[in-house]
Amino acid sequence: MKTLIAAVALGWSLNSMAAIDTYEFSGDEERARYRVLVEELRCPKCQNQNLADSNAPIAMDLRREIYRLLKEGQTDAQIVEYLVARYGDFVRYSPPLNANTLLLWLGPLGLLAGGAVLLRLIVRRKQRVLPDAQDQGLSDSERTRLASLLDHKTDD
Amino acid sequence: MKRAFLLLPLALFLLMAVFLYRGLFLKPEELPSALIGKPLPVFSLPSVLEDQRLISQADVVGRPALLNVWATWCIACKVEHPVLNKLAAQGVIIHGINYKDDNTAARQWLKDFLNPYKLNIQDEQGRLGLDLGVYGAPETFLIDKRGVIRHKFVGVITEQVWREQLAPRYQELLSE
Repeated sequence: MKTLIAAVALGWSLNSMAAIDTYEFSGDEERARYRVLVEELRCPKCQNQNLADSNAPIAMDLRREIYRLLKEGQTDAQIVEYLVARYGDFVRYSPPLNANTLLLWLGPLGLLAGGAVLLRLIVRRKQRVLPDAQDQGLSDSERTRLASLLDHKTDD
Repeated sequence: MKRAFLLLPLALFLLMAVFLYRGLFLKPEELPSALIGKPLPVFSLPSVLEDQRLISQADVVGRPALLNVWATWCIACKVEHPVLNKLAAQGVIIHGINYKDDNTAARQWLKDFLNPYKLNIQDEQGRLGLDLGVYGAPETFLIDKRGVIRHKFVGVITEQVWREQLAPRYQELLSE
């Protein structure tokens, strides 16, 4: 049993170490920039993982490339541009606003606007129904009865 | 008016069904290349077969060709290889990029399974592959006579793929 637990624990630790490279950074700021970049850029091979999570050889290559460009002194925007020029907008988890991504960016707003219009229509219709309801309100005898009931209540 | 509203759920359902049906046949693993319409990246890499020889993008320019990214570790490439041999025998110009591979193994492969490639570019570090936006093998680029990338195909080239997707494009480039 102990061996089993040890084996499982070992397997677990190997698993969690899988996508860690050993790069040396000149400072915390550079390390933070690297972290942000590998987390914001997407692996072209394993499509629902970012570069930081992925174990695919291509993700390793791209991480190495990002590290190299960082060391060359390129800005974050330049590095993203470099990868987009080769792999397309696909590699960005935050795609830019252009003709292809218009629906992606404005779709939710469109749905929200549609919902607002629908809500307004429904409210309007309810309001139109309401005045009729008032007309068919209580008859005189009912009103007197209601008043007496209420009076009775306050007397208590 | 009320009647028409009753049909709304059906209309929504049909709209969804159309989208989902389309989704069945989408291939998200085939990314559109960012390099379509762009010239080949600049490179200078050794040849797989000839020692001392350097191949550059200038060697590839001149005639329309297929640029096939392959490796001995790529099992699908083995499936594709006989088709490439056949195409080469028909006179289709194919250049090979041996991507992140061991050169000795690559030489052995070309000896064992024949060599369909006019030029054999050795991209051991994957630098050219990176510049081409390669994310796996096999991948095949179609370039025109000026060395501009015109089309990219990801996956195994079968006879059907060639006939239906690549041959018409290649013919078009030949007649340009």
